[in-house]
Amino acid sequence: MPNTNSTAKETAPGVMAQAVKEGLLAGVLAFGMFLLYVGVETYQNIDNALVWRMRWGLLAIFVAIAAIGRFLVVGFVKPHIDRRKLAKAKAGIPEVSDEKGFFHRHFLKIALIFLVLYPPIIVSLNGVQGSLKYVDNFGIQILIYVMLAWGLNVVVGLAGLLDLGYVAFYAVGAYSYALLSDTFGLSFWLLLPLAGILAAFWGIILGFPVLRLRGDYLAIVTLAFGEIIRLVLMNWTEVTGGTAGISGVAKASIFGIWSFDVGADNNFAKVFGLPMSSAYYKIFLFYVILALCLITAYVTIKLRSMPIGRAWEALREDEIACRSLGIDTVKTKLTAFAIGAMFGGFAGSFFAARQGFVSPESFVFLESAVILAIVVLGGMGSLTGIAIAAVVMIGGTELLREMEFLKHVFGEDFTPELYRMLLFGLAMVAVMLFKPRGFVGSREPTAFLKERKAVSGSFTKEGHG
Amino acid sequence: MEYFIQQLLNGLTLGSIYGLVAIGYTMVYGIIGMINFAHGDIFMLGGFAALIVFLVLTSFIAGVPVALALLIMMVVAMLVTSLWNWTIERVAYRPLRGSFRLAPLITAIGMSIVLSNFIQVTQGPRNKPIPPLVNDVFHFGEVTVSLKQLVIVLVTAVLLTIFWYIVNKTPLGRAQRATEQDRKMAALLGVDVDRTISITFIMGASLAAVAGTMYLMYYGVASFADGFIPGVKAFTAAVLGGIGSLPGAVLGGLLIGLIESLWSAYFSIAYKDVATFAILAFVLIFKPTGILGRPEVEKV
Repeated sequence: MPNTNSTAKETAPGVMAQAVKEGLLAGVLAFGMFLLYVGVETYQNIDNALVWRMRWGLLAIFVAIAAIGRFLVVGFVKPHIDRRKLAKAKAGIPEVSDEKGFFHRHFLKIALIFLVLYPPIIVSLNGVQGSLKYVDNFGIQILIYVMLAWGLNVVVGLAGLLDLGYVAFYAVGAYSYALLSDTFGLSFWLLLPLAGILAAFWGIILGFPVLRLRGDYLAIVTLAFGEIIRLVLMNWTEVTGGTAGISGVAKASIFGIWSFDVGADNNFAKVFGLPMSSAYYKIFLFYVILALCLITAYVTIKLRSMPIGRAWEALREDEIACRSLGIDTVKTKLTAFAIGAMFGGFAGSFFAARQGFVSPESFVFLESAVILAIVVLGGMGSLTGIAIAAVVMIGGTELLREMEFLKHVFGEDFTPELYRMLLFGLAMVAVMLFKPRGFVGSREPTAFLKERKAVSGSFTKEGHG
Repeated sequence: MEYFIQQLLNGLTLGSIYGLVAIGYTMVYGIIGMINFAHGDIFMLGGFAALIVFLVLTSFIAGVPVALALLIMMVVAMLVTSLWNWTIERVAYRPLRGSFRLAPLITAIGMSIVLSNFIQVTQGPRNKPIPPLVNDVFHFGEVTVSLKQLVIVLVTAVLLTIFWYIVNKTPLGRAQRATEQDRKMAALLGVDVDRTISITFIMGASLAAVAGTMYLMYYGVASFADGFIPGVKAFTAAVLGGIGSLPGAVLGGLLIGLIESLWSAYFSIAYKDVATFAILAFVLIFKPTGILGRPEVEKV
């Protein structure tokens, strides 16, 4: 756009004319784009033959939104943003302010306290049975993604290796737990570390052949490995149950003392004389995944200040310099893969215990993409940023399930769930466009001279694989 | 032997489709170094455009000749997908050019999710079948060649020739190659880089639309989810051939098609995709830049 640094008054008529022009252009474009897909509805009639009818009204709405939207952006939003930037540049106010509020400084403590108190608060607000939805759909679901994203962060954010098949390790963890507990009747607490070790083992197996690959070649091979594991799980029916998966996976127990099986004598609710409800199990699981997340965060933070963590970050910044300085890149890459995979395995076995059911459906590429998106949207390498991204993206889409009131606006046929992934995709694009460095764009350096200064995300590389 | 030749033919047909889609991946990668994840969904959009045009066309003109119908489907699909890919590049990729490498990748994955869900929402989640367009088959001894296979291979060959001519012999192709080699230098020498990149996206989308039309004609069904698996395979083909290399993309496409059909014929259909991906991994381990890819020179 040509008129970026002229003042508003001089160019106001020009801006309006341009806005009208661009708005009309956007309308024409939208008409071309949506005419077939929105304008024509295809459906099968009674004879099962495909027929069509026009949807002019819907098409008009789409075109109008595009045209008016573009008009407003060019005519009002952009000049406004430009004016603000200009004013800021004139006043000489730095873009980043150093002053932080109370909330900002104590963010971690507040967040942690909130998380620990979350189930009791929900139970006291909604009752035991009513808490189920909030603890399970929001609490546990988000925390699983936080953990997966923190695990992938070791590989992508710290070591700079682009992994598009992370969900494979999640699957390995889930199937390890489901199969081993089914076959040998082992308990959750024994299988949790075992699943992690198995996943780490797979991380090394898959890591070995791809050591020589760089950047996007690495990305496509990890994607291929992810798909191979899913396809094997889908087709190896004798062991994995094929597409039907494995159902009736054993629940976790409170260290074997109390169980959550309805028939058992040491059932938690029975022992404490509480009314039967599956909510207790979910609350228990909430604390388990919270603990697992905290372990992940603790290990990641500790590793970052250890030689291996420093080696990862050095590898991300410059592989050649790394090798010249005598860092064993093979070992560095493999440990990154193994540790990332291990966290994925933990999350997987937790997932199996929570669902009570595993099937290849849960481990499609889309999951890998979602996890990677959370890592990148969170600002790659920043644990807080990733957690915020997980809350926004996963919580946001879960929230959409709850939007019953939309039915009153758009009519009874309207199902908000249908639009869940559509909005998720749009949000991914929008966040990247407005905050390319993610939600938290700065990082705390682990090594520093005299004082620790936050490093802007634009100074850190994402690595070349 | 006849069986083998039959499978070879099937593989060639499938490989042509993959090759056409793979070119879109490899061109975009060559010119801006980005994995355009949404390209598989552009292919799916092309198939849907062809399907809708077919429905509208046959309901207005009852006895429309098949060749003409196919041509119209193809041209409209090319136009519509070009429009989409151009807009997507403008809205989602161009603002992030020059940003860090993962940013456009994430928007591309986001766009891919948006496109497939957009079609799911507007056209419904069910498979859309159409009556078979081309039925003729020829017999050469034991080997059966269907007319649609011939059409696919022929159309692919013609398009590749045109495409080769554009890239190698026209000013536009020269601008593209210059932009690919050194974007900044090309811009300094008067190449309109933005326009060149836009045209690259349009060309990629057109080829994908043709592939989508062919896919619809071959299988007679379109689904919103059809973007991902063929897209990933086409991308695999591009990488296998050496990403950034145009002959490599075609070669990779044909190889993937052959591997898939031969593996399904002699081993098991269930594991055909596993075989494809395993061979990809295997080739890359021994030749990390693909079959025809240039070795990446790393500067310090």
